[in-house]
Amino acid sequence: MEQYEPERLSAPQLAAMRRSTTGGRGALTRRSLLRASGMGALALGGLGTLSACGIPPAKREGDAAASDDHSAAEKRINFSNWTEYMDVGEDERSRPTLEAFTKRTGIAVKYTEDINDNVEFFGKIKPQLAAGQDTGRDLIIVTDWLAARIIRLGWAQKLDPANLPHAFANLSAQFRTPDWDPGRAYSYPWTGIPTVIAYNTKATGGRKVDSVTQLLDDPKLKGRVSFLSEMRDSVGMTLLDMGKDPGSFTDADYDAAIGRIQKGVDRKQIRRFTGNDYTADLSKGDIAACVAWAGDIIQLQADNPDIKFSIPAAGYITSSDNLLVPARARHKTNAEKLIDYYYEPPVAAQLAAYINYVCPVDGVAGELAKIDESMASNTLILPDRAMAAKSHAFRSLSAEEETAYEEKFAKLIGA
Amino acid sequence: MSVTDAPPAPPASTGPQTRKPSTRKRLVPYWLLLPGILWLLVFFALPMVYQASTSVQTGSLEKGFEVTWHFRTYWDALADYYPQFVRSLLYAGTATVLCLLLGYPLAYLIAFKAGRARNLVLVLVIAPFFTSFLIRTLAWKTILADGGTVVDVLNTLHVLDVTSWLGWTEGDRVLATPMAVVCGLTYNFLPFMILPLYTSLERIDGRLHEAAGDLYATPATTFRKVTFPLSMPGVVSGTLLTFIPASGDYVNAELLGSTDTKMVGSVIQTQFLRVLDYPTAAALSFILMAVVLFAVTVYIRRSGTEDLV
Repeated sequence: MEQYEPERLSAPQLAAMRRSTTGGRGALTRRSLLRASGMGALALGGLGTLSACGIPPAKREGDAAASDDHSAAEKRINFSNWTEYMDVGEDERSRPTLEAFTKRTGIAVKYTEDINDNVEFFGKIKPQLAAGQDTGRDLIIVTDWLAARIIRLGWAQKLDPANLPHAFANLSAQFRTPDWDPGRAYSYPWTGIPTVIAYNTKATGGRKVDSVTQLLDDPKLKGRVSFLSEMRDSVGMTLLDMGKDPGSFTDADYDAAIGRIQKGVDRKQIRRFTGNDYTADLSKGDIAACVAWAGDIIQLQADNPDIKFSIPAAGYITSSDNLLVPARARHKTNAEKLIDYYYEPPVAAQLAAYINYVCPVDGVAGELAKIDESMASNTLILPDRAMAAKSHAFRSLSAEEETAYEEKFAKLIGA
Repeated sequence: MSVTDAPPAPPASTGPQTRKPSTRKRLVPYWLLLPGILWLLVFFALPMVYQASTSVQTGSLEKGFEVTWHFRTYWDALADYYPQFVRSLLYAGTATVLCLLLGYPLAYLIAFKAGRARNLVLVLVIAPFFTSFLIRTLAWKTILADGGTVVDVLNTLHVLDVTSWLGWTEGDRVLATPMAVVCGLTYNFLPFMILPLYTSLERIDGRLHEAAGDLYATPATTFRKVTFPLSMPGVVSGTLLTFIPASGDYVNAELLGSTDTKMVGSVIQTQFLRVLDYPTAAALSFILMAVVLFAVTVYIRRSGTEDLV
């Protein structure tokens, strides 16, 4: 069958054809009619759908968080954690403490390192939790302010103390009564995270940096200071430096602290607000001094002897990362068994020796000394009495305060 | 248009079948379009409606959000964050121009001069895509480090004195300044400029250059009158592919910048994830979309080319 072939037409004819379909009157009216009716339909339908949308309240009341526990029938647990937050064996692949847990209890652990950032992780699990669905995770680890929010929203399951004998007995006094979960009904700390001041002696010319005042005012550090983009750490350290208690400050105190940091931003004293990425900059010396997380500094010091840290005389902030069982999780009892397992001193010591953060378990000193003598005496891992006395926690915030404070802090860091 | 311009009727032998296609045949194109239309509906139209709705809601995470037709959110968002908008357009625009200046000669070289090395050079242009966007951007922190070679050389040549005076850099460093962000954007989006330019240039018949030479055109005139106009589709699509994603990017501003280089992408991310103010985040996204759409429409109208490839 012979086909109609436009190639046989001459160039002007082709052009005319194209004009008639794209610019011709008939084409235009048909198209504009289509467009107009489409817009009309969209506008009509849109208005209806728009008002129907809305986002239902996220808070869940009463016992909605509890779920059927399939622990006995399904001997497994899905555990979501941060990267580099679990001990790893010599071969870099095995996870000794987790494997020992499976061997002892017969509970298989599906361990996923899928948490990189609190706010991102919250965005990820929020849709399921708000809709009252299972997230597929039985155990998660989040920083205290997010744990407080999840508990406040009714998205965490109440833990059964009967399954947590070691955890109940061995939890350090420092972590027993946070104002957002008094008596630890919903959560247990995985680690404590001291926020300290770190500096690179090569970049500071051998000088010590030991206060937030010095970070904000020392002209020799101009443009080479960084603060953390975690609001509670940066503002908390500044509040302490100003003589205020981060555990009981007022709106006016908060504004004053923001104003104090803002001056440092305006005078170009502060170079950046960073997440974990400050470590490379500090090691290179692009950042001379900064507000830092202690665990990072211990790990940096292993490679770079110029990195030092100091505890400000005014005190420091300790936050914590906490184990939670999210609402609707299928294996709550198994999760509780795992929490309790990590509160046995020998296991806790093995973990602390690897991840280098404050161990929230009492009675690990002896066990840790068996693994590494120097770690047992490191006050950033096992705080002594003097260290513990200087530690402060940032008070928990109401939903309204949280929004208002985050908004102010966002303006401070430029977004 | 006169009647004589109309195309001749198709030959009679095409027969009656083509004149009266069966209903099934007529529906075939729509069946074929169905997956695409569904995809657009689910992943473009619905999210847009949802986002439009979110932008006029008020409330909080705890109490829920309700549509209250609160259009003031748009105004408030713009009033609070217009510097970040202006900055985004400025940085994206600068990066696009730099990409064009760097990319055009390279694309020209690949298309006309590379000979047998053409494929190799093309692979080299695309090669960075084999590494993650984040890693490539982090690499720039090492390249532009304060004590690094690049900064040392720029300092020795007193280039940084000039750029500091212009406000592009800060003292004797490049990192955490506008210049670092623009460098990062330029680097990350350069391939999106080079590839469309190359496809456009490669299509130009080499004999046209010879013809221009025969007509006593200098190389410069040949470029101005022949090569460049013929490569316009590539220039337009290249600039669009660079400018649009660059104006919404926040990774470069976040990693290479400082507090006063934050772009609107960072603001949207912060509002959505950190402040949990979904209406403001949605309104900001819509404003960004409108601004980019407007800029692009004006640009396409002005550039006077219909084809984009």
